[in-house]
Amino acid sequence: MTYREALRLALAEELEHDPRVFLMGEEVGQFEGAYKVSAGLMDRFGADRVRDTPISEEGFVGAGVGAAMLGERPVVEIMTLNFLLVAMDQVINHAAKIGAMFGGMVRCPMVIRTPNGAGAQLTAQHSQSFDQWFASTPGLKVVAPANPRDAKGLLKAAIRDEDPVLVIENLPIYKEKGEVPLDPDFTTPIGLADVPRKGSDLTLISHSFATKRCLDVAEDLAESHGLDIEVVDLRSLRPLDVETVAASVSKTSRAVCVEEGWPTYGVTAEIAARIGKACFDDLDAPVERVGMAEVPMPYAKNLETAALPGADRIAEAVLETLEGSR
Amino acid sequence: MTVHASPAEIETDQLLGMLERMYLIRRFETEAERQYKQAKIGGYCHLSSGQEATCVGTMDAMTDDDLLVTGYRSHGFALARHVPATEVMAELFGRVDGCARGRGGSMHLLDPDLGYYGGWGIVGGQLPVATGLALALVRQERPAAVLCELGDGAVNMGAWHESLNLASLWDLPIVYLVVNNIYGMGTSVERASAEPELFRRAHAHRMVGERIDGDDIEEVHAATSELLQTARDRHRPAVLEALTYRYRGHSVADAGLSYRDRDEIKEHQERDPIKRVRSVLSERGVEDEQLDAADERAQEQVAEAVEFADASPEPPLDQLAYGMYAKGSDKQFARMRPGSPFGERELVFDAGLGD
Ligand SMILES: Cc1ncc(C[n+]2csc(CCOP(=O)(O)OP(=O)(O)O)c2C)c(N)n1
Repeated sequence: MTYREALRLALAEELEHDPRVFLMGEEVGQFEGAYKVSAGLMDRFGADRVRDTPISEEGFVGAGVGAAMLGERPVVEIMTLNFLLVAMDQVINHAAKIGAMFGGMVRCPMVIRTPNGAGAQLTAQHSQSFDQWFASTPGLKVVAPANPRDAKGLLKAAIRDEDPVLVIENLPIYKEKGEVPLDPDFTTPIGLADVPRKGSDLTLISHSFATKRCLDVAEDLAESHGLDIEVVDLRSLRPLDVETVAASVSKTSRAVCVEEGWPTYGVTAEIAARIGKACFDDLDAPVERVGMAEVPMPYAKNLETAALPGADRIAEAVLETLEGSR
Repeated sequence: MTVHASPAEIETDQLLGMLERMYLIRRFETEAERQYKQAKIGGYCHLSSGQEATCVGTMDAMTDDDLLVTGYRSHGFALARHVPATEVMAELFGRVDGCARGRGGSMHLLDPDLGYYGGWGIVGGQLPVATGLALALVRQERPAAVLCELGDGAVNMGAWHESLNLASLWDLPIVYLVVNNIYGMGTSVERASAEPELFRRAHAHRMVGERIDGDDIEEVHAATSELLQTARDRHRPAVLEALTYRYRGHSVADAGLSYRDRDEIKEHQERDPIKRVRSVLSERGVEDEQLDAADERAQEQVAEAVEFADASPEPPLDQLAYGMYAKGSDKQFARMRPGSPFGERELVFDAGLGD
């Protein structure tokens, strides 16, 4: 089953399972989803539960917040993370703060799901990874599945969660295939990282699309250099599973963190700092980071490729880190 | 529909020139779609076939000093504003001679020398920016106005209401041109707007709101001229809603048939704006050969544009950070640069920030 189909299955199961759940967003119904995640759902569940909205991100994200405050379970689709910036105030100032600001007396059990991801020449205003902006906000939960299994599991866990959860999907992996449990009660726990590849020489830490890259690089370096690399997939950015990361790095003594976002003040910055503290005595080399070149994404194909953290850049960072080991 | 004062008749020579640019847009878009399918053009590519009368009619109502701002469906406006087809095509190809130096692509065309301050990719995002340009015109006492294009889908953004309010409150010289082609992606204007007569929204902000037939180039030209003149002379903003239709899907990737049917498209094509201009000119006694010659010249321009774009080099890799900061900033970033003692590998490239 593809990543896209796994998300669709999760939505269908939760719409079936809980009458409070409804989906809304631009083009989710009649058009069947800008990226076809919600194809067929309006036919099956009706226009009330799969609700088309005008292009008014701030309006309908805020409406999701309000509905959630009265116990509904809105799942709001934003066409891409880029457009969530328009609704940032509702996410950061409203959804995220409701629990604490009102002394726990009202909650905001909503889900915002949105794809992210670069590589299709969509230029500066359409290719941005702002995962860290949201992950640095207390009161929000942020998950970012890297494969179809977790796409289903994390989305379901998010819908069943009592707090606002941002589910960051990924455009380039919508068509990736993988095994997906068909059990309607299967969920992937929020707050737990995964170790999809075991190894002893170095730990690659990443999330979402970058995890796929890291797995490929680990495979290549095993063949070309006989290296045994462990890969940690964060899956949740908030809450963050520092324990799994630390256990891995303590074992391998070396870490390279990878993200598609700008690394300064980014996810990799956070991870590197955590490793610095948790694994200070175990480290054999400085923690290295690989991210997007710190420029607004350019349109031209050659510039875009150069800006993205490709396999070559990750491999280079791995080899440099190993060379730099004491 | 507010019926506009009788269209000012456009001189035959000028109208012939307008016809040629309408052909240029139509042929350019057909070629862009072809090049997209051959992967010479990437990203999103939003075509404006069918909307040529709105593009050319409004652009010819602007003075050289007036400023233009558009959304992302902007090839037609750029060409109508005389941005060279060569540079527009090179931009779509992602080449260094493109009007945004290969960095903007289809959605972010511009030409500041021609007063074109950008195609913008976030729906509604251009509206406050355009409003600010109008504010600057007033502050600088320039006798000019801004024409800000948006789609029918953009009027439901908060940015639209905020911009209209500011423009009216501050008496700014700006005309918001709502290109109502009935659909915002797959959602029709009736399904998206509680008040589908979009021009009426202007009235809530005490500004003129007018609806015109966007496929009638004379009406478009007359209405835009009048509203821009009011903006220039009396600093009053306005909303001009042009009713038109896009023949192609939302973008090249969308077949455009899941939310409308072929009959609807055909019906609009029968009222094609190019055919309408041709028949006006024929009625005025212009020979068919002359009309066909306009089309042929347009086709030649498009062929030349493709050749130019193909020959233009890719932007140099070491200029990845070009333009990001102004001249002189390199020094400030010296300590973050790769190669500096604690510089990060991903920051900026060795060639610097460009100047
Ligand atoms: C804030 C934001 N939300 C969503 C999108 C995705 N999107 C791009 S174009 C478009 C439709 C806009 O329609 P309209 O304003 O009518 O312009 P038209 O395509 O008709 O020219 C949408 C939803 C976007 N670019 N920006």
